[in-house]
Amino acid sequence: MIVALAISLTLAQAVAVQAADGKDIFLHGGGEAPTCTACHGASGEGQPDAGFPRLAGLNATYMEEQIKSFKEGTRKDDTMTPIAKALPEADRKAVAAYVSDLTSSLAPSEEKPDKDSIAKGAELAAHGDWPQGLAGCNQCHGPGGIGVGTVFPKLAGQSAAYIEKQLNDWKAGSRTNDPLALMAGVAKKLDDDQIKAVAAYYASRNPDGAMASETKEPAQ
Amino acid sequence: MMDGKPSAGEWLVGLIFIGLAVLIGYSLPRESDMARFADNGGTTAAPAETQQNAVPAGGGGKKSHSAAKTAFTPPDDSNIPDNDFGKMVKLGQAIFHDTQANAKEFVGNDLQCSNCHIDRGRLANSAPLGAAYVAYPAYRSKNDHVNTFQERLQGCFRFSMNGKAPPFNDKVLVALESYAYFLAQGLPTGDTKVEGRGYPALAKPARFDLQKGEKVYQAKCALCHGANGEGQEAADGSTVFPPLWGPRSFNWGAGMGSINNAAGFIKANMPLTQGNSLSDEDAWNVAAFLDSHERPQDPRFNGSAAETRKKYHDSKMSLYGTKVGDTVLGENSPPSGTVP
Repeated sequence: MIVALAISLTLAQAVAVQAADGKDIFLHGGGEAPTCTACHGASGEGQPDAGFPRLAGLNATYMEEQIKSFKEGTRKDDTMTPIAKALPEADRKAVAAYVSDLTSSLAPSEEKPDKDSIAKGAELAAHGDWPQGLAGCNQCHGPGGIGVGTVFPKLAGQSAAYIEKQLNDWKAGSRTNDPLALMAGVAKKLDDDQIKAVAAYYASRNPDGAMASETKEPAQ
Repeated sequence: MMDGKPSAGEWLVGLIFIGLAVLIGYSLPRESDMARFADNGGTTAAPAETQQNAVPAGGGGKKSHSAAKTAFTPPDDSNIPDNDFGKMVKLGQAIFHDTQANAKEFVGNDLQCSNCHIDRGRLANSAPLGAAYVAYPAYRSKNDHVNTFQERLQGCFRFSMNGKAPPFNDKVLVALESYAYFLAQGLPTGDTKVEGRGYPALAKPARFDLQKGEKVYQAKCALCHGANGEGQEAADGSTVFPPLWGPRSFNWGAGMGSINNAAGFIKANMPLTQGNSLSDEDAWNVAAFLDSHERPQDPRFNGSAAETRKKYHDSKMSLYGTKVGDTVLGENSPPSGTVP
């Protein structure tokens, strides 16, 4: 009984320490890694127009994998690669866990959303373009792009510039960390207008996937 | 290799051949009806070679008539008329896309029509709705009588959706029938050889290898459908990747419970957006693997899995009533028809 209590206290402390670490790394950096907030915002909201992604509320396992990918070279970025190399596994886990719990609101954007492009993106997200072999994005990323599980990240509320860049990176083969090469296959079938449209669409959503006034879009 | 997406050149060639195909097709004896629209009845006919995008090579004799055909493209949404009929078509389309939300009183699992009929029933080799529409009324060995299209739709709800059949002329059936009619425009009534109808029939293997199937499943399918076939939900609780077995999947009476249907669907369409990437052997084995798991009982269950097998599943394409591992499939199935 006492032993069990002691163990559970120790576990609770360990969890508390880890959570504190994650926050500390995020705000102040860890080892050689600088603060995350300089690019990703004080509460993980990102800088949409600069293409720095929103991290708040992304799945923790997904983010951990992305940091690992930067380290291993399946994602390439001059800023993120050295940072990822400076973060040992425990720090990676801690900072991802911390950021996944953040619920900050959307960062402001100067981009004027193009209604036609958003509408085209919404259609593509929901139903795809099957004559081109394209599934709807939401068929994997969930209704309104709210994300599914650990490998299909939330897209709702993500920076349009960031989404565009990722799709183009997959197309060009400079990002190769997608399971089963699913995204590479999809990105190669998308033309520039479609890439812009889906990026604009997801950037126009709230992080919960749906505008309050809109009806929920179903998954297929 | 086969390719699910014909190039512009192939379309042209297809168009040229279509005239020929019609001429040749009508001068040749019709094959027995097989690869029925999501049907588990026609499991005894020997599957033809996969004919998708095949070039007539002089072989195959009576099958050459369908080899030159190009898959039918249903009318675009913009052709849905702006009137009462159009509203019904749109309702049917909405039911197809989100069956859970729009026909929930008849649905007893976590599936959508569009899980097996991709692109809301438009896609060739994914049991497109238009091609099914022009093939009814039709005799079906599954229930040994002539079925209207509405009765065929009732079967989808009873088996694939593990729910209950909407009554004849229920708004759900009228809407789905209207949508199917819309998608069928341009096809001749009675054409049971529409290219891309049903699922492609793959050449039969000598045997299924469930262990190899499991390996394929874990490598290619589990990412989306889960390590135990349970599917995956989004954060809002909606099902995004459908469960492939277990209590929330299709029941033992569904067409997908027949290994040949599942293999054809998987070959042409899975992993989603990577159709025709699996070998035929992998498609057969993984289909057999997922159809070797328990799922809701066949609603025609008569108290004994052995008897029910004899009556409805007496085929190498169904593992119902057979022993897999330590269990006889069908003896401890979760209940069928679980409409909330």
